[in-house]
Amino acid sequence: MAATQEEIVAGLAEIVNEIAGIPVEDVQLDKSFTDDLDVDSLSMVEVVVAAEERFDVKIPDEDVKNLKTVGDATDYILKHQA
Amino acid sequence: MLRPRHPAVAPLILVNVGERIPVSPTNRTVVVTGIGATTPLGGDAASTWEGLVAGRSGVKPLEQEWAAEQAVRIAAPVAVEPTEVIPRPQARRLDRSAQFALVAAKEAWADAGFEAKAGEGADIDPDRLGAVIASGIGGVTTLLDQYDVLKEKGVRRVSPHTVPMLMPNSPSANVGLAVGARAGVHTPVSACASGAEAIGYAIEMIRTGRADVVVAGGTEAAIHPLPIAAFGNMMAMSKNNDDPQGASRPYDLARDGFVLGEGAGVIVLESAEHAAARGARVYAEAVGQGISADSHDIVQPEPEGRGIAHALHSLLDRTDLDPAEIVHVNAHATSTPAGDIAELKALRKVFGDHADHIAVSATKSMTGHLLGGAGGVESVATVLALYHRVAPPTINVENIDPEAEANADVVRDVARKLPAEGRIAALNDSFGFGGHNVVLAFRSV
Repeated sequence: MAATQEEIVAGLAEIVNEIAGIPVEDVQLDKSFTDDLDVDSLSMVEVVVAAEERFDVKIPDEDVKNLKTVGDATDYILKHQA
Repeated sequence: MLRPRHPAVAPLILVNVGERIPVSPTNRTVVVTGIGATTPLGGDAASTWEGLVAGRSGVKPLEQEWAAEQAVRIAAPVAVEPTEVIPRPQARRLDRSAQFALVAAKEAWADAGFEAKAGEGADIDPDRLGAVIASGIGGVTTLLDQYDVLKEKGVRRVSPHTVPMLMPNSPSANVGLAVGARAGVHTPVSACASGAEAIGYAIEMIRTGRADVVVAGGTEAAIHPLPIAAFGNMMAMSKNNDDPQGASRPYDLARDGFVLGEGAGVIVLESAEHAAARGARVYAEAVGQGISADSHDIVQPEPEGRGIAHALHSLLDRTDLDPAEIVHVNAHATSTPAGDIAELKALRKVFGDHADHIAVSATKSMTGHLLGGAGGVESVATVLALYHRVAPPTINVENIDPEAEANADVVRDVARKLPAEGRIAALNDSFGFGGHNVVLAFRSV
Protein backbone atom coordinates (compact mmCIF):
# COMPACT_ATOMS: atom_id res chain seq x y z
CA MET A 1 0.00 0.00 0.00
CA ALA A 2 1.35 3.40 -0.99
CA ALA A 3 2.43 5.74 1.80
CA THR A 4 0.56 9.02 2.37
CA GLN A 5 2.26 12.42 2.40
CA GLU A 6 2.07 12.44 6.18
CA GLU A 7 3.68 8.99 6.44
CA ILE A 8 6.45 10.00 4.04
CA VAL A 9 7.32 13.16 6.00
CA ALA A 10 7.32 11.15 9.23
CA GLY A 11 9.56 8.52 7.61
CA LEU A 12 11.96 11.13 6.25
CA ALA A 13 12.05 12.77 9.68
CA GLU A 14 13.15 9.50 11.26
CA ILE A 15 15.82 9.02 8.59
CA VAL A 16 17.16 12.58 8.94
CA ASN A 17 17.14 12.20 12.71
CA GLU A 18 19.18 9.01 12.46
CA ILE A 19 21.68 10.45 9.99
CA ALA A 20 22.05 14.10 11.03
CA GLY A 21 20.69 14.07 14.58
CA ILE A 22 18.03 16.70 13.80
CA PRO A 23 14.91 16.44 16.03
CA VAL A 24 12.03 14.79 14.09
CA GLU A 25 9.70 17.74 14.73
CA ASP A 26 12.12 20.05 12.86
CA VAL A 27 11.80 18.04 9.65
CA GLN A 28 9.03 19.93 7.81
CA LEU A 29 8.02 20.15 4.14
CA ASP A 30 9.61 23.57 3.63
CA LYS A 31 12.96 22.64 5.18
CA SER A 32 16.07 22.43 2.96
CA PHE A 33 18.18 19.32 3.57
CA THR A 34 21.50 21.17 3.27
CA ASP A 35 20.62 24.61 4.63
CA ASP A 36 18.28 23.69 7.49
CA LEU A 37 18.84 20.05 8.38
CA ASP A 38 22.65 19.62 8.42
CA VAL A 39 22.54 17.05 5.62
CA ASP A 40 25.68 17.45 3.48
CA SER A 41 26.14 15.90 0.04
CA LEU A 42 27.42 12.56 1.36
CA SER A 43 24.73 12.30 3.99
CA MET A 44 22.12 13.15 1.30
CA VAL A 45 23.16 9.94 -0.45
CA GLU A 46 22.45 8.09 2.79
CA VAL A 47 19.06 9.78 3.14
CA VAL A 48 18.17 8.81 -0.44
CA VAL A 49 19.21 5.18 -0.04
CA ALA A 50 17.30 4.88 3.24
CA ALA A 51 14.22 6.48 1.65
CA GLU A 52 14.41 4.14 -1.36
CA GLU A 53 14.37 1.17 0.95
CA ARG A 54 11.67 2.46 3.23
CA PHE A 55 9.24 3.59 0.52
CA ASP A 56 10.09 1.03 -2.18
CA VAL A 57 11.06 3.66 -4.72
CA LYS A 58 14.05 4.21 -7.02
CA ILE A 59 15.65 7.64 -6.95
CA PRO A 60 18.30 7.83 -9.69
CA ASP A 61 21.40 9.96 -8.95
CA GLU A 62 20.40 12.53 -11.60
CA ASP A 63 17.13 13.20 -9.77
CA VAL A 64 18.75 13.61 -6.35
CA LYS A 65 20.02 17.11 -7.14
CA ASN A 66 16.41 18.28 -7.60
CA LEU A 67 15.43 17.18 -4.10
CA LYS A 68 16.31 20.38 -2.25
CA THR A 69 13.61 20.32 0.42
CA VAL A 70 11.74 17.72 2.40
CA GLY A 71 8.70 18.73 0.29
CA ASP A 72 10.62 17.97 -2.96
CA ALA A 73 11.51 14.52 -1.69
CA THR A 74 7.99 13.85 -0.42
CA ASP A 75 6.43 14.80 -3.78
CA TYR A 76 8.96 12.67 -5.63
CA ILE A 77 8.25 9.63 -3.46
CA LEU A 78 4.46 10.13 -3.69
CA LYS A 79 4.73 10.18 -7.47
CA HIS A 80 7.20 7.33 -7.94
CA GLN A 81 6.47 4.82 -5.19
CA ALA A 82 5.57 1.35 -6.35
CA MET B 1 61.86 49.32 -8.37
CA LEU B 2 63.01 45.71 -8.22
CA ARG B 3 64.75 44.62 -11.40
CA PRO B 4 64.31 41.00 -12.41
CA ARG B 5 67.56 39.11 -12.04
CA HIS B 6 67.03 37.33 -15.36
CA PRO B 7 65.60 39.80 -17.86
CA ALA B 8 64.53 36.93 -20.12
CA VAL B 9 61.94 35.70 -17.61
CA ALA B 10 58.82 37.46 -16.44
CA PRO B 11 59.39 40.23 -13.89
CA LEU B 12 59.26 39.17 -10.26
CA ILE B 13 55.75 39.52 -8.90
CA LEU B 14 55.73 40.68 -5.32
CA VAL B 15 53.01 38.91 -3.36
CA ASN B 16 51.30 40.97 -0.74
CA VAL B 17 51.88 39.09 2.49
CA GLY B 18 49.87 41.53 4.59
CA GLU B 19 50.76 41.60 8.27
CA ARG B 20 52.40 38.21 8.15
CA ILE B 21 55.86 38.00 9.67
CA PRO B 22 57.99 35.35 7.95
CA VAL B 23 59.24 32.64 10.30
CA SER B 24 62.81 31.58 9.66
CA PRO B 25 63.99 28.03 10.29
CA THR B 26 64.79 27.72 13.95
CA ASN B 27 66.06 25.35 16.58
CA ARG B 28 63.40 26.08 19.13
CA THR B 29 62.70 24.32 22.39
CA VAL B 30 59.50 22.24 22.31
CA VAL B 31 57.36 21.51 25.35
CA VAL B 32 54.29 19.41 26.17
CA THR B 33 51.35 21.51 27.37
CA GLY B 34 48.40 19.14 27.04
CA ILE B 35 47.66 15.42 27.29
CA GLY B 36 44.69 13.23 26.44
CA ALA B 37 43.96 9.52 26.15
CA THR B 38 41.27 6.91 25.86
CA THR B 39 42.60 3.46 26.64
CA PRO B 40 41.72 0.03 28.04
CA LEU B 41 42.43 1.50 31.49
CA GLY B 42 40.25 4.60 31.29
CA GLY B 43 38.40 7.12 29.18
CA ASP B 44 40.91 9.90 29.84
CA ALA B 45 44.58 10.49 30.70
CA ALA B 46 44.01 10.76 34.46
CA SER B 47 42.15 7.44 34.79
CA THR B 48 44.66 5.77 32.46
CA TRP B 49 47.57 7.01 34.59
CA GLU B 50 45.80 5.89 37.77
CA GLY B 51 45.36 2.41 36.25
CA LEU B 52 48.99 2.25 35.17
CA VAL B 53 50.37 3.26 38.56
CA ALA B 54 48.01 0.80 40.28
CA GLY B 55 49.22 -2.03 38.02
CA ARG B 56 45.76 -2.77 36.64
CA SER B 57 45.26 -4.95 33.55
CA GLY B 58 42.80 -3.87 30.86
CA VAL B 59 42.77 -7.28 29.15
CA LYS B 60 39.46 -9.17 28.91
CA PRO B 61 38.04 -12.26 27.27
CA LEU B 62 36.46 -11.52 23.87
CA GLU B 63 32.75 -12.21 24.37
CA GLN B 64 31.69 -11.57 20.77
CA GLU B 65 30.16 -14.48 18.85
CA TRP B 66 32.93 -14.40 16.24
CA ALA B 67 35.58 -14.90 18.89
CA ALA B 68 34.55 -18.49 19.58
CA GLU B 69 36.37 -19.85 16.52
CA GLN B 70 39.53 -17.75 17.01
CA ALA B 71 42.76 -19.15 18.42
CA VAL B 72 43.14 -15.81 20.26
CA ARG B 73 40.09 -14.96 22.38
CA ILE B 74 41.42 -12.08 24.51
CA ALA B 75 41.99 -8.36 23.91
CA ALA B 76 42.12 -5.01 25.69
CA PRO B 77 39.11 -2.94 24.57
CA VAL B 78 38.73 0.71 25.56
CA ALA B 79 37.23 1.28 29.00
CA VAL B 80 34.79 3.92 27.74
CA GLU B 81 33.03 3.58 24.39
CA PRO B 82 33.71 6.71 22.31
CA THR B 83 30.03 6.90 21.35
CA GLU B 84 29.31 7.79 24.99
CA VAL B 85 31.28 10.99 24.40
CA ILE B 86 30.87 11.85 20.70
CA PRO B 87 27.38 12.82 19.45
CA ARG B 88 25.83 10.03 17.34
CA PRO B 89 25.52 11.89 14.02
CA GLN B 90 29.24 12.71 14.17
CA ALA B 91 30.29 9.29 15.47
CA ARG B 92 28.51 7.39 12.68
CA ARG B 93 30.71 9.06 10.05
CA LEU B 94 33.98 8.38 11.86
CA ASP B 95 35.90 5.13 11.91
CA ARG B 96 36.41 3.87 15.45
CA SER B 97 40.11 4.84 15.23
CA ALA B 98 39.14 8.44 14.40
CA GLN B 99 36.60 8.43 17.25
CA PHE B 100 39.37 7.49 19.71
CA ALA B 101 41.69 10.13 18.26
CA LEU B 102 39.04 12.81 18.55
CA VAL B 103 38.26 11.93 22.16
CA ALA B 104 41.94 12.02 23.14
CA ALA B 105 42.69 15.15 21.08
CA LYS B 106 39.79 17.11 22.55
CA GLU B 107 40.94 16.22 26.05
CA ALA B 108 44.53 17.25 25.24
CA TRP B 109 43.37 20.47 23.59
CA ALA B 110 41.28 21.50 26.60
CA ASP B 111 44.03 20.35 28.97
CA ALA B 112 46.44 22.70 27.19
CA GLY B 113 44.10 25.54 28.10
CA PHE B 114 42.51 26.12 24.70
CA GLU B 115 38.81 26.78 25.07
CA ALA B 116 37.80 27.01 21.40
CA LYS B 117 39.20 25.99 18.05
CA ALA B 118 41.91 28.06 16.41
CA GLY B 119 40.45 31.05 14.57
CA GLU B 120 37.39 31.00 16.84
CA GLY B 121 38.80 32.37 20.05
CA ALA B 122 41.65 30.02 20.95
CA ASP B 123 44.94 31.74 21.72
CA ILE B 124 46.63 30.39 18.58
CA ASP B 125 46.82 31.44 14.93
CA PRO B 126 45.33 28.58 12.83
CA ASP B 127 48.14 29.04 10.29
CA ARG B 128 50.62 28.21 13.08
CA LEU B 129 48.73 25.12 14.32
CA GLY B 130 49.32 21.58 13.03
CA ALA B 131 47.99 18.07 13.64
CA VAL B 132 49.91 14.82 13.27
CA ILE B 133 47.90 11.75 14.27
CA ALA B 134 48.95 8.32 13.11
CA SER B 135 47.47 4.86 12.96
CA GLY B 136 49.22 1.65 12.07
CA ILE B 137 46.40 0.11 10.03
CA GLY B 138 43.89 2.90 9.39
CA GLY B 139 40.14 2.42 9.15
CA VAL B 140 40.26 -1.35 8.95
CA THR B 141 36.94 -2.02 10.68
CA THR B 142 35.15 0.39 8.32
CA LEU B 143 36.75 -1.29 5.31
CA LEU B 144 35.79 -4.77 6.45
CA ASP B 145 32.30 -3.85 7.63
CA GLN B 146 31.50 -2.06 4.38
CA TYR B 147 32.80 -5.02 2.39
CA ASP B 148 30.31 -7.13 4.33
CA VAL B 149 27.57 -4.62 3.40
CA LEU B 150 28.62 -4.82 -0.27
CA LYS B 151 28.44 -8.61 -0.28
CA GLU B 152 25.25 -8.93 1.76
CA LYS B 153 23.19 -5.92 0.67
CA GLY B 154 24.71 -4.76 -2.62
CA VAL B 155 26.50 -1.80 -4.13
CA ARG B 156 23.80 0.77 -3.39
CA ARG B 157 24.01 0.21 0.36
CA VAL B 158 27.77 0.86 0.69
CA SER B 159 28.08 3.99 2.82
CA PRO B 160 29.08 7.17 0.96
CA HIS B 161 31.22 7.96 4.01
CA THR B 162 33.37 4.85 3.50
CA VAL B 163 36.38 6.53 1.86
CA PRO B 164 36.76 9.46 4.29
CA MET B 165 36.30 6.95 7.12
CA LEU B 166 38.81 4.31 6.06
CA MET B 167 41.63 6.51 4.76
CA PRO B 168 44.57 6.31 7.17
CA ASN B 169 44.82 10.11 7.42
CA SER B 170 41.20 10.30 8.61
CA PRO B 171 42.00 10.56 12.36
CA SER B 172 44.56 13.28 11.65
CA ALA B 173 42.27 15.16 9.29
CA ASN B 174 39.35 15.00 11.73
CA VAL B 175 41.49 16.19 14.63
CA GLY B 176 42.83 18.96 12.37
CA LEU B 177 39.26 20.02 11.60
CA ALA B 178 38.27 19.90 15.25
CA VAL B 179 41.07 22.21 16.42
CA GLY B 180 41.31 24.34 13.26
CA ALA B 181 44.83 23.33 12.15
CA ARG B 182 46.13 24.99 8.96
CA ALA B 183 49.91 24.68 9.33
CA GLY B 184 49.75 21.09 8.04
CA VAL B 185 48.01 17.83 8.89
CA HIS B 186 50.13 14.69 8.57
CA THR B 187 49.97 10.93 9.02
CA PRO B 188 53.25 9.05 9.20
CA VAL B 189 52.69 5.30 8.90
CA SER B 190 55.20 2.85 10.36
CA ALA B 191 53.07 0.07 11.86
CA CYS B 192 53.47 0.02 15.66
CA ALA B 193 55.96 2.92 15.59
CA SER B 194 53.39 5.21 13.91
CA GLY B 195 52.18 7.04 17.02
CA ALA B 196 55.72 7.82 18.16
CA GLU B 197 56.74 8.84 14.65
CA ALA B 198 53.80 11.26 14.60
CA ILE B 199 55.02 12.90 17.80
CA GLY B 200 58.57 13.04 16.42
CA TYR B 201 57.27 14.68 13.25
CA ALA B 202 55.34 17.21 15.33
CA ILE B 203 58.43 18.07 17.39
CA GLU B 204 60.31 18.81 14.15
CA MET B 205 57.44 20.95 12.81
CA ILE B 206 57.80 23.21 15.83
CA ARG B 207 61.58 23.05 16.11
CA THR B 208 62.06 24.08 12.49
CA GLY B 209 59.50 26.86 12.66
CA ARG B 210 56.61 25.46 10.61
CA ALA B 211 54.21 25.62 13.53
CA ASP B 212 53.92 26.95 17.08
CA VAL B 213 51.51 24.31 18.34
CA VAL B 214 50.93 20.75 17.06
CA VAL B 215 48.38 18.21 18.30
CA ALA B 216 50.07 14.83 17.92
CA GLY B 217 49.66 11.19 18.79
CA GLY B 218 48.48 7.79 17.70
CA THR B 219 45.28 5.79 17.53
CA GLU B 220 44.19 2.28 16.64
CA ALA B 221 40.96 0.28 16.48
CA ALA B 222 41.60 -3.22 15.17
CA ILE B 223 39.71 -5.54 17.51
CA HIS B 224 37.93 -7.32 14.68
CA PRO B 225 37.98 -10.98 13.56
CA LEU B 226 40.27 -10.42 10.56
CA PRO B 227 43.19 -8.63 12.27
CA ILE B 228 42.92 -11.03 15.22
CA ALA B 229 42.98 -14.06 12.92
CA ALA B 230 45.87 -12.57 10.94
CA PHE B 231 48.05 -11.57 13.90
CA GLY B 232 47.17 -14.90 15.50
CA ASN B 233 48.32 -16.84 12.46
CA MET B 234 51.60 -14.91 12.49
CA MET B 235 52.16 -16.40 15.98
CA ALA B 236 52.55 -12.81 17.15
CA MET B 237 49.77 -12.84 19.75
CA SER B 238 49.39 -14.50 23.12
CA LYS B 239 47.05 -17.48 23.16
CA ASN B 240 46.84 -17.44 26.93
CA ASN B 241 43.04 -17.34 26.76
CA ASP B 242 42.60 -18.92 30.18
CA ASP B 243 44.37 -16.07 31.97
CA PRO B 244 43.51 -12.81 30.16
CA GLN B 245 45.01 -10.49 32.77
CA GLY B 246 48.21 -12.51 32.89
CA ALA B 247 48.58 -12.87 29.12
CA SER B 248 50.60 -9.71 28.44
CA ARG B 249 53.80 -10.48 30.35
CA PRO B 250 56.84 -8.65 28.94
CA TYR B 251 60.21 -9.99 30.19
CA ASP B 252 58.59 -13.04 31.81
CA LEU B 253 59.94 -16.41 30.68
CA ALA B 254 56.42 -17.59 29.80
CA ARG B 255 55.61 -14.66 27.48
CA ASP B 256 54.07 -15.88 24.22
CA GLY B 257 53.12 -12.78 22.24
CA PHE B 258 51.26 -9.51 22.53
CA VAL B 259 47.64 -8.85 23.48
CA LEU B 260 45.79 -6.55 21.08
CA GLY B 261 44.65 -3.29 22.66
CA GLU B 262 42.78 -0.31 21.25
CA GLY B 263 42.55 3.40 21.97
CA ALA B 264 44.46 6.62 21.43
CA GLY B 265 46.95 8.91 23.13
CA VAL B 266 47.45 12.52 22.06
CA ILE B 267 49.68 15.33 23.35
CA VAL B 268 49.80 19.03 22.60
CA LEU B 269 53.32 20.12 21.66
CA GLU B 270 54.21 23.78 21.68
CA SER B 271 57.22 26.02 21.26
CA ALA B 272 58.52 27.02 24.68
CA GLU B 273 58.15 30.71 23.90
CA HIS B 274 54.57 30.31 22.68
CA ALA B 275 53.69 28.37 25.83
CA ALA B 276 55.38 30.98 28.05
CA ALA B 277 53.66 33.86 26.26
CA ARG B 278 50.21 32.50 27.03
CA GLY B 279 51.16 31.26 30.49
CA ALA B 280 50.50 27.59 29.71
CA ARG B 281 51.27 24.81 32.17
CA VAL B 282 54.26 22.80 30.93
CA TYR B 283 54.37 19.06 31.69
CA ALA B 284 57.80 18.38 30.21
CA GLU B 285 60.19 19.32 27.46
CA ALA B 286 59.99 17.23 24.28
CA VAL B 287 63.73 17.00 23.71
CA GLY B 288 63.71 15.19 20.39
CA GLN B 289 63.69 11.91 18.57
CA GLY B 290 65.98 9.22 17.26
CA ILE B 291 64.81 7.28 14.23
CA SER B 292 66.34 4.33 12.41
CA ALA B 293 65.43 1.27 10.38
CA ASP B 294 66.64 -2.29 10.95
CA SER B 295 66.85 -3.37 7.31
CA HIS B 296 66.82 -6.90 8.69
CA ASP B 297 63.42 -8.56 8.24
CA ILE B 298 59.87 -7.47 7.44
CA VAL B 299 58.53 -8.54 10.84
CA GLN B 300 61.32 -9.98 13.01
CA PRO B 301 63.33 -7.52 15.09
CA GLU B 302 67.10 -7.54 14.66
CA PRO B 303 67.94 -9.78 17.64
CA GLU B 304 70.92 -7.81 18.96
CA GLY B 305 69.04 -4.50 18.92
CA ARG B 306 71.51 -2.85 16.50
CA GLY B 307 68.83 -0.79 14.77
CA ILE B 308 67.43 0.34 18.12
CA ALA B 309 70.92 1.28 19.31
CA HIS B 310 71.34 3.30 16.13
CA ALA B 311 68.11 5.18 16.89
CA LEU B 312 69.35 5.88 20.44
CA HIS B 313 72.70 7.16 19.13
CA SER B 314 70.89 9.32 16.62
CA LEU B 315 68.85 10.84 19.46
CA LEU B 316 71.95 11.51 21.60
CA ASP B 317 73.94 12.89 18.66
CA ARG B 318 71.27 15.35 17.57
CA THR B 319 70.02 16.72 20.90
CA ASP B 320 71.58 18.14 24.07
CA LEU B 321 70.26 15.16 26.05
CA ASP B 322 72.75 14.01 28.67
CA PRO B 323 72.54 10.19 29.04
CA ALA B 324 73.09 10.60 32.79
CA GLU B 325 69.75 12.47 32.99
CA ILE B 326 67.82 9.46 31.70
CA VAL B 327 66.17 7.70 34.64
CA HIS B 328 63.22 5.97 32.95
CA VAL B 329 62.33 4.20 29.73
CA ASN B 330 58.78 3.36 28.70
CA ALA B 331 59.81 0.31 26.70
CA HIS B 332 58.24 -0.95 23.50
CA ALA B 333 58.22 -4.45 25.07
CA THR B 334 55.14 -6.10 23.61
CA SER B 335 55.57 -9.47 25.36
CA THR B 336 57.09 -11.25 22.38
CA PRO B 337 60.05 -13.58 22.95
CA ALA B 338 62.54 -11.85 20.62
CA GLY B 339 61.51 -8.20 20.67
CA ASP B 340 61.56 -7.61 24.43
CA ILE B 341 65.18 -8.69 24.75
CA ALA B 342 66.54 -6.95 21.64
CA GLU B 343 65.40 -3.60 23.05
CA LEU B 344 67.09 -4.16 26.42
CA LYS B 345 70.31 -5.25 24.69
CA ALA B 346 70.27 -1.95 22.82
CA LEU B 347 69.84 0.01 26.06
CA ARG B 348 72.82 -1.84 27.55
CA LYS B 349 74.89 -1.34 24.41
CA VAL B 350 74.28 2.42 24.34
CA PHE B 351 74.13 3.32 28.03
CA GLY B 352 76.56 0.75 29.47
CA ASP B 353 76.57 0.72 33.28
CA HIS B 354 74.09 3.60 33.38
CA ALA B 355 71.46 1.13 32.15
CA ASP B 356 71.43 -0.22 35.72
CA HIS B 357 70.07 3.18 36.83
CA ILE B 358 67.25 3.39 34.30
CA ALA B 359 63.82 2.24 35.52
CA VAL B 360 62.34 0.30 32.60
CA SER B 361 58.54 -0.02 32.47
CA ALA B 362 56.56 -2.11 29.98
CA THR B 363 53.11 -0.59 30.27
CA LYS B 364 51.78 -2.91 27.54
CA SER B 365 51.61 -5.48 30.35
CA MET B 366 48.52 -3.49 31.39
CA THR B 367 47.16 -1.79 28.27
CA GLY B 368 47.93 -4.49 25.74
CA HIS B 369 49.51 -3.40 22.47
CA LEU B 370 47.70 -0.49 20.83
CA LEU B 371 49.75 -0.85 17.59
CA GLY B 372 49.78 2.64 16.03
CA GLY B 373 48.17 4.01 19.18
CA ALA B 374 50.97 2.72 21.41
CA GLY B 375 53.40 5.58 20.82
CA GLY B 376 50.68 8.10 21.65
CA VAL B 377 49.48 6.44 24.83
CA GLU B 378 53.00 5.62 25.99
CA SER B 379 54.16 9.19 25.37
CA VAL B 380 51.34 10.32 27.62
CA ALA B 381 52.56 7.78 30.20
CA THR B 382 56.20 8.90 29.80
CA VAL B 383 55.35 12.58 30.19
CA LEU B 384 53.25 11.83 33.28
CA ALA B 385 56.02 9.66 34.73
CA LEU B 386 58.34 12.69 34.56
CA TYR B 387 55.66 15.08 35.80
CA HIS B 388 54.74 12.92 38.81
CA ARG B 389 58.25 11.43 39.11
CA VAL B 390 56.85 7.91 39.24
CA ALA B 391 57.60 4.96 36.93
CA PRO B 392 54.61 2.64 36.40
CA PRO B 393 55.17 -1.07 36.97
CA THR B 394 55.51 -3.96 34.56
CA ILE B 395 52.97 -6.49 35.74
CA ASN B 396 52.99 -10.29 35.32
CA VAL B 397 56.78 -10.69 35.59
CA GLU B 398 56.78 -13.84 37.69
CA ASN B 399 59.95 -15.46 36.37
CA ILE B 400 62.09 -12.81 34.76
CA ASP B 401 63.99 -13.79 31.65
CA PRO B 402 67.69 -13.84 32.66
CA GLU B 403 68.54 -11.89 29.50
CA ALA B 404 66.17 -9.14 30.65
CA GLU B 405 67.59 -9.13 34.14
CA ALA B 406 71.16 -8.92 32.83
CA ASN B 407 70.51 -5.93 30.62
CA ALA B 408 68.07 -3.70 32.48
CA ASP B 409 66.43 -2.67 35.73
CA VAL B 410 62.82 -3.64 35.11
CA VAL B 411 60.21 -2.01 37.37
CA ARG B 412 58.20 -5.04 38.52
CA ASP B 413 54.82 -5.41 40.21
CA VAL B 414 54.55 -1.98 41.83
CA ALA B 415 55.24 1.59 40.71
CA ARG B 416 58.58 3.09 41.65
CA LYS B 417 59.45 6.65 42.64
CA LEU B 418 61.88 8.46 40.35
CA PRO B 419 64.45 10.94 41.77
CA ALA B 420 62.49 13.71 43.51
CA GLU B 421 65.06 16.41 42.80
CA GLY B 422 66.97 17.67 39.80
CA ARG B 423 66.45 17.45 36.06
CA ILE B 424 65.42 14.00 34.85
CA ALA B 425 64.71 12.63 31.39
CA ALA B 426 62.77 9.65 30.06
CA LEU B 427 62.51 7.81 26.75
CA ASN B 428 59.55 6.29 24.97
CA ASP B 429 60.53 3.51 22.57
CA SER B 430 58.29 2.36 19.71
CA PHE B 431 59.16 -0.14 17.02
CA GLY B 432 57.12 -1.43 14.12
CA PHE B 433 56.81 -4.25 11.61
CA GLY B 434 58.98 -3.20 8.71
CA GLY B 435 61.95 -2.55 11.01
CA HIS B 436 60.98 0.98 12.10
CA ASN B 437 62.61 2.24 15.30
CA VAL B 438 61.53 5.48 16.97
CA VAL B 439 62.82 6.77 20.29
CA LEU B 440 61.32 9.92 21.79
CA ALA B 441 62.99 11.83 24.63
CA PHE B 442 61.23 13.98 27.21
CA ARG B 443 62.78 15.93 30.09
CA SER B 444 61.48 17.49 33.29
CA VAL B 445 61.24 21.28 33.40
